[in-house]
Amino acid sequence: MAETLARPANADLSPALEVSKRPSPLTRLAHLWQYRELVGNLTRKELKVKYKNSILGFAWSLLNPLMYLVVFSVVFGEILDVNIPYYGLFFLSGLLAWNLFSTGLSAGTSSIVANAQLVTKVWFPRESLVIASILAAMVHFLLQSLVLVGALLAFQRMPALEFIPVFVLGLVVLVIFCAALAIALSAINVYLRDTQHLLEVVLLAWFWLSAVAYSYGMVAKQLVARFGERGELVAALNPVLTVVVTFQRTLYNPADPSAAELADPNFIPAIPPHSIGWYVSHLAVTGLVSLVLLYGALALFSRLEDNFAEEI
Amino acid sequence: MGDIAITVENVTKTFKIYREKSQSAKERLIRIGRNPHEVFKALDDVSFEVREGETFALLGHNGSGKSTLLKCVAGTLRPSSGRIVARGRLAALLELGAGFHPDLTGRENIYLNGSILGFSASQIDTIFDDIVAFAELEEFIDNQVKHYSSGMYARLGFAVAINVEPEVLLVDEVLAVGDEAFQRKCIERVKRLQADGRTILLVSHAADLVRQLADRAAVLDHGHLVEVAEPGEAIRVLRETLERRGIASPDLEAEPPPPVEPGPVLAAVEGTEWSGPPPETGEALSTSAGKVVEITAVACEYPTASARFLKPNEPLRIRVDYVAPERIPDVAFTLEVRDIGQNIVYATDTEILGQPIVTVNGVGAVCFDLPRIPLLDGQFSVSVIITNRAGGQVFDRSDDGAQFEVVQSEAHRGTVALEPTIVHFFHGTGF
Repeated sequence: MAETLARPANADLSPALEVSKRPSPLTRLAHLWQYRELVGNLTRKELKVKYKNSILGFAWSLLNPLMYLVVFSVVFGEILDVNIPYYGLFFLSGLLAWNLFSTGLSAGTSSIVANAQLVTKVWFPRESLVIASILAAMVHFLLQSLVLVGALLAFQRMPALEFIPVFVLGLVVLVIFCAALAIALSAINVYLRDTQHLLEVVLLAWFWLSAVAYSYGMVAKQLVARFGERGELVAALNPVLTVVVTFQRTLYNPADPSAAELADPNFIPAIPPHSIGWYVSHLAVTGLVSLVLLYGALALFSRLEDNFAEEI
Repeated sequence: MGDIAITVENVTKTFKIYREKSQSAKERLIRIGRNPHEVFKALDDVSFEVREGETFALLGHNGSGKSTLLKCVAGTLRPSSGRIVARGRLAALLELGAGFHPDLTGRENIYLNGSILGFSASQIDTIFDDIVAFAELEEFIDNQVKHYSSGMYARLGFAVAINVEPEVLLVDEVLAVGDEAFQRKCIERVKRLQADGRTILLVSHAADLVRQLADRAAVLDHGHLVEVAEPGEAIRVLRETLERRGIASPDLEAEPPPPVEPGPVLAAVEGTEWSGPPPETGEALSTSAGKVVEITAVACEYPTASARFLKPNEPLRIRVDYVAPERIPDVAFTLEVRDIGQNIVYATDTEILGQPIVTVNGVGAVCFDLPRIPLLDGQFSVSVIITNRAGGQVFDRSDDGAQFEVVQSEAHRGTVALEPTIVHFFHGTGF
């Protein structure tokens, strides 16, 4: 029997490992890569546990955007009568980005505490728990995209194909930004348990600051009126808003304004008619900032990790 | 072999102990700047090395820092200062089976646990059946773990950890799980890993187990490393540190009387250095509280003066010094030997032994010479009672006035050294 037992591939090497050393952010990323199979398994676990005891299973993750779609379409599209054609489609495009961000961030923040039994037991790169939560949120994201695909088909609309690369860039930036925040907050949450509850409140405000339910065009107009030509940069301080607008531009793909609309001084386009270059430059800056944040978050995580097993 | 598997160098771990633990940002804000705390040193400058292929035990009372140390070696806690270097893949068994998720099946948990330990699914595939067989969970492997009994849970945890064949195995108090048959199986498997040259770092309260498995042991007390020694000696040192922490009696600290020439009245067992008769003093004799006979000292004398404990089947003298200001005829001495649980291991008196003490007068000593102590391990206390020969009148008594300790160097278990020999009757085949 003993002969059949697997030996780790690197067993013969037995490198001396300084267990007590605090890993640098880059070492942490290398560890994450080494443990990618664990990250996959943890993601699968996350999804399985969530849906194991429910009848509807994965349909639950479709229910959330559908419900939102109905409520917001009625309130904004009918009652408030915002001047956005295909409001449902518009709303859904932004909601997709927002849901990915908010579920990834809140699940990631509580992930270390929620897996306390694992954290105290054995060494492994703990941030893989956070990453797994975000990956699970990405699976939901893919499922929720189905709702959008359905809506596009129903309204017979086409996404802006030339914007697809920008859309992908936006998605990557959003995930990096979300990971940076979640890694930092998950470690803080071990010491201050109400972090996850505070986050819920912050996320509520953040939602309304991210131009998901209303048009960014209005925001841009106000900002330009108040701060001059470069006023839109104020909005760019919110990385989520930048990504939301990118999603809306790509998926909602508003029609070019007609001649009559352009002639109307009160006309506000749902999304300002920016070029692809505008999106790329905004996303590139946001992406770089997110990478710096991620580095900082990993350094903070390393520091706070010292006493996880004791505090948790 | 001979290489160092784990190096622990000047490791110190401190914790802040808050008088009022505030685990929320809100409370922390309210209490900002005025949250009194103490710095608690769980480990204080601990250094030792574990050689490759060695089984090393950490011993200590609760709160001695042994589990903190194990967590530092496992990498789940990081020391405040100092360095720990480990060679080879570590598999920790800290809080056994705690890594399982109740909503997943046994099968899913095995793969999840395996990947936490750094193994790929294909590597786990090859040992999956062994794990299930070892845990004896063939029928239940596809049930959710939350429906398992605690024994099944622990069995599965142990089976995973031990079947991934770690180069270094960290074990925290977990060999005491499951029923006795499973425990035996675990110990057998640990022994096989030992034979295979794997390094094992073990934390256990069970002296029995440490003696049975460990090559060396470290004793921790309040975060300090007291001693690194072979298991028998380490267990003795542990008992000593426990005594210092409250249950020590003054008699224990007293030096045994220096050896003198054996007196003619006192028989001596050959090869021992037992003390002789008490010196004669010219002073007037008196006793406290007007006793007619008083026990002045009870001492357990080991065969050599330098010995600090007995080995099984070594001789022991229990010596009772007394003072009787006046002559008293017809007294009897009763001896009671108790174990740590206050159970009488042996009791007798001079009447039963048929060796009556005809008279006591002045200063003297009565010795119970025990030619061999057939005990395995433990601390034993001695009570002595002086009565009249009929037993109805107690002149004086000394309870727990002396103690002796037996430490075996082998791996037998239990209380009594029975020392069997083996006879094997063998019928060849072909009948």
